[in-house]
Amino acid sequence: MSFPLLTATAALPAVGAIATAAVPAARRTAAKWLALLFSLATLALAITVLIRFDPDGDRYQLTESHAWIADFGVRYELGVDGIAVSLIALTALLLPFIILAGWHDADPLETKSSRWRPTQGFFALILAVEAMVIISFQATDVFLFYIFFEAMLIPMYFLIGGFGDRAHAGSDEKASAQRSYAAVKFLLYNLVGGLIMLAAVIGLYVVAGNFSIQEIAEARANGSLDMATNTERLLFLGFFFAFAVKAPLWPLHTWLPNAMGESTAPVAVLITAVVDKVGTFAMLRFCLQLFPEASKWATPVILVLALISIIYGALLAVGQRDIKRLVAYASISHFGFIVLGIFAMTSQGQSGATLYMVNHGLSTAALMLVAGFLISRRGSRLIADYGGVQKVAPVLAGTFLIGGLATLSLPGLAPFVSEFLVLVGAFARYPVVGIIATLGIVLAALYTLVLYQRTMTGPVKPEVSTMPDLRVRELVVVAPLIALLISLGVYPKPLTDLVNPAVEHTMSDVQKKDPKPEVEAAK
Amino acid sequence: MNPVNYLYLAALLFTIGATGVLIRRNVIVVFMCIELMLNACNLAFVAFSRLHGNLDGQIIAFFTMVVAAAEVVVGLAIIVSLFRSRHSASVDDASLMKL
Amino acid sequence: MENLIALLVAAPLLGAAVLLCGGRRLDRVGHWLGTLLSAASFVIGLALFTDMLGKGAEERSLHQHLFSWIPVEGFKADVAFQLDQLSMTFVLLISGVGTLIHLYSIGYMEHDERRRRFFGYLNLFLAAMLLLVLADNYLLLYVGWEGVGLASYLLIGFWQHKPSAATAAKKAFLVNRVGDMGLSIAIMLMFTTFGTFAFGPVLEATGETSEGKLTAIGLMLLLAACGKSAQVPLQSWLGDAMEGPTPVSALIHAATMVTAGVYLIVRSGAIFNGAPDAQLAVTVVGAVTLLFGAIVGCAKDDIKKALAGSTMSQIGYMILAAGLGPIGYVFAIMHLVTHGFFKAGLFLGAGSVMHGMNDEVDMRKYGGLRKYMPVTFVTFGLGYLAIIGFPGLSGFFSKDKIIEAAFAKGGTEGWILGSVALLGAAITAYYMTRVMLLTFFGEKRWQPDAQGELPHPHESPKSMTIPMILLAVGSVFAGGFFSIGDRFMHWLEPVTHHDHGDSPLSAATVTGATMVVLVIGVSLAWVQYGRRPVPVVAPRGSLLTRAARRDLLQDDFNHVVLVRGGEHLTRSLVYVDHTLVDGVVNGTAASVGGLSGRLRKLQNGYARSYAVSMFGGAAVLIVATLLMRAV
Repeated sequence: MSFPLLTATAALPAVGAIATAAVPAARRTAAKWLALLFSLATLALAITVLIRFDPDGDRYQLTESHAWIADFGVRYELGVDGIAVSLIALTALLLPFIILAGWHDADPLETKSSRWRPTQGFFALILAVEAMVIISFQATDVFLFYIFFEAMLIPMYFLIGGFGDRAHAGSDEKASAQRSYAAVKFLLYNLVGGLIMLAAVIGLYVVAGNFSIQEIAEARANGSLDMATNTERLLFLGFFFAFAVKAPLWPLHTWLPNAMGESTAPVAVLITAVVDKVGTFAMLRFCLQLFPEASKWATPVILVLALISIIYGALLAVGQRDIKRLVAYASISHFGFIVLGIFAMTSQGQSGATLYMVNHGLSTAALMLVAGFLISRRGSRLIADYGGVQKVAPVLAGTFLIGGLATLSLPGLAPFVSEFLVLVGAFARYPVVGIIATLGIVLAALYTLVLYQRTMTGPVKPEVSTMPDLRVRELVVVAPLIALLISLGVYPKPLTDLVNPAVEHTMSDVQKKDPKPEVEAAK
Repeated sequence: MNPVNYLYLAALLFTIGATGVLIRRNVIVVFMCIELMLNACNLAFVAFSRLHGNLDGQIIAFFTMVVAAAEVVVGLAIIVSLFRSRHSASVDDASLMKL
Repeated sequence: MENLIALLVAAPLLGAAVLLCGGRRLDRVGHWLGTLLSAASFVIGLALFTDMLGKGAEERSLHQHLFSWIPVEGFKADVAFQLDQLSMTFVLLISGVGTLIHLYSIGYMEHDERRRRFFGYLNLFLAAMLLLVLADNYLLLYVGWEGVGLASYLLIGFWQHKPSAATAAKKAFLVNRVGDMGLSIAIMLMFTTFGTFAFGPVLEATGETSEGKLTAIGLMLLLAACGKSAQVPLQSWLGDAMEGPTPVSALIHAATMVTAGVYLIVRSGAIFNGAPDAQLAVTVVGAVTLLFGAIVGCAKDDIKKALAGSTMSQIGYMILAAGLGPIGYVFAIMHLVTHGFFKAGLFLGAGSVMHGMNDEVDMRKYGGLRKYMPVTFVTFGLGYLAIIGFPGLSGFFSKDKIIEAAFAKGGTEGWILGSVALLGAAITAYYMTRVMLLTFFGEKRWQPDAQGELPHPHESPKSMTIPMILLAVGSVFAGGFFSIGDRFMHWLEPVTHHDHGDSPLSAATVTGATMVVLVIGVSLAWVQYGRRPVPVVAPRGSLLTRAARRDLLQDDFNHVVLVRGGEHLTRSLVYVDHTLVDGVVNGTAASVGGLSGRLRKLQNGYARSYAVSMFGGAAVLIVATLLMRAV
């Protein structure tokens, strides 16, 4: 038996979480370094997975399979395709930056001993989330996936509710009330989604008799497993609902602005760049693969919801007064693009959606982490409290601008590639949808540039005038992200090569062909 | 004598006990009514045992007596400590176990 | 040779990267590095040009494939360059004028502490602009297209501490994004129609699709061109863009970037040739803008804004010519090149004047500067003569040809377009004479600046005057050089396929008419501003003047409809999101909470009531069991 690489990739951060939590209370710095070390080691393993993965090989590779709960046909089954590999790489890549960016977020406050922050817990929880996200990407057993999909909520709940943003307008009590509100909202929203999914998971077992997606998909493809139309649709809706909450799709989005606004910037990045990706990833892997007919049936409604998310999220971002909530609404708009790409059912759309997941992770991380550095300097999340930062902290302003430009999908940066692919993919099948979605690029420019103008330009506000520029630790966080954004924007081929075969598989699952260009079709 | 009459008696005793539990406030009387219900059950068990001609019912009656004895011990202990702390033997006074 | 093409883009790109990431260490040499790399690009361009001249007309097009950019099933986007005569013209213009303006900026930005960054942005602009004209497909062109937009954003807002500059920069980017939407939809249409968006295959296959598709693509391309080239209805950003440093206005907002729309339309000639309706729309946009810009230019007292109006109007000429189809493409590009020379020269002259006048921009506070700034006066004057179309100078040749081509369009359209172009020439003569008279002639109307000091106008340093002189030389001779023996036409012929058309008026008649309107325009201006003293404070003016000062109320319209409307929309959406969408969620939570509150009351703590429910429950169970058995 070969070395269980996938298990190791998921288990390493879990071990790290336990180790970090076990560090004695006084050795706070040691805990931080330990967490960073484990996240880096995980990254190394993820890169090994990336190298070992052969894009042109089997659909699922590096598979592991063990009996687990034999009575119910639950197996411990792991395997990755190109999409999962790229998302695992993204997760493993972002984690060290998240840890570094949050280096001081869980330090005890010197002034008040009452608000002591358990540093070890913070980093242990982050690593625990990483472990669960990675195994969710790897699981090819529906039940196994479900368990970690739900279990992820627990550490996330504590990260949101327990380690809030220090920059808060109101009093301590008000801050902690809002924080628990956000955390509970996050938990309840996702639990409701998860419970509906649980019903669908059980339903799937009743219909199919086991939980392995490979077996079920195969049985569906060769006709040995026949689902009644209504059963398939109900099961699809059960799954889709949970993923739409996590993704989040309009109108199930309202937990995200609260959760991102109240948590610290690195945790906000963890939510939107890492955890939420499980939702869109699962749409591709479970909804399309297990319920192809129902997916096609639901496409019109989902496309409309995605369009509403794009436009609505962008418009709300324009109207925000809080930097972090603005980024949250921008993310809702971007998730609309991802869902649009997935359900456009064209190769360009789905490749674009997968690239979008990776690129959105990078661009939001860049923007949000710099925003976090900014907020930590001034102690306020309100846009109106800033002005003229560019003058006093040019590097901070410059990186913020690049993050913003990535968010508005400037050509030359990575998000442009994915956004354009999604638009083209949607346009090829549904021209009107494509054109309306294009409005999103104007609105994205609006909210990004308004944010930049209000915070960075203009006369220097007195409270801002002593603001220090980016420190070395902060530069170490931001610079690689920006370098990646640029290099994946100029040369995305490694990523597309990884994703294309997986997308072809999905396209054959749903039995859809790309529309032919008019001129070629005429010939 | 027809064993069914024993069953009628058991039902009568059980009803008296249940009514007592529901309407009396004195905790001792409530307790005694519970005992009455238990014994009504025992009577029914024994009667059934006789009716069916096997010993199962009698064995269960023994079990019930053992459990009832244990219950008396715990129950009386609770009543005594309740009386000590509240100086009252009314069931309605002990209504603090609510949200 | 074709391997050199990428270097054209790479040199300034390298400059931008080094200057922007290099930090303070490069402050001393940064400007020279930037200028050097820009000049390197120009030299490479020249080398390629001489190489090109040595070949036959049909073999001149070079192609360089660098790498496959976005390979996705059915979707092929490459990073590949195409250098033909059209691109070559632009490369020389961009890198040539660009280098001169780099040189000028060394002096102009001398006292700015962020000069290194300024040169970084300038280099970034050059790289993006060269990418735009060298791309061999529309998607790569789009990269350059947005790249110049970004550079323009950064440079307009270069003095970010001024809120007006930051706002102008944001406005320029946003308005351009609306145009970009057009370009991306056009690319998507090309993809679904032709299955590709590379120039070659698309432009060859235009015959195989319907006219409706071509019209749709054409109109979307026109929208893109309107945004980038400041044509009505997306022109509003150009006036505000003058907040940027003057070299930026000269390079980006006069000579190069704003002409990208003309390039796009000429490059996509085959699409427009197959879509007469789209062509008509292009000519209408051109004609409207040409008058619009000219009228705005007449009313502005800010020297740069007057020149911006003029730029708009001149690009209107080019768009008009490009809309005429094969009879106009060559002249559109020719006017573009000559305009690049004289308008850049005029802007640099304006910058030189501002440099000497403590950054005063109001022409009513200039006057009599010709004695104090002789070089500026002469170069500006030559630019002035060129733009109004004084016989023998550049503008004369290029503009005259456009007017002629407009008449040659034929039919009523031809007459209307021709007359509009003539009218535009008259207004151009008027407002340019006004600028000239207000600035260099008349008595001194100098006003003390904020510190109470009267300006001491002086000639600018050599690094500023040399570029001005070189550009003036270009604006004098370029037109003649291009026109002798129709040189320029033969040069571009293989790309644009010239067609003479048949004009209802002879060339001589058109030239005569142009001369007449020229004289009328100049004399009108002289009557108004040359003979009488000019008030320092602008008179209230007629309704039209006041409207023209406010850019013919387009900004007011935008403000009321788009800005206010948008604010209300977002504010109400925020409210809806909070109360309605979130309200449903919170409402569900609250009602569950309320229900459990009621249920909690059952748990009252009375042992006897628990006993009742227990007995009740037992009774119900027994009855239910009996009933079940009975059934």
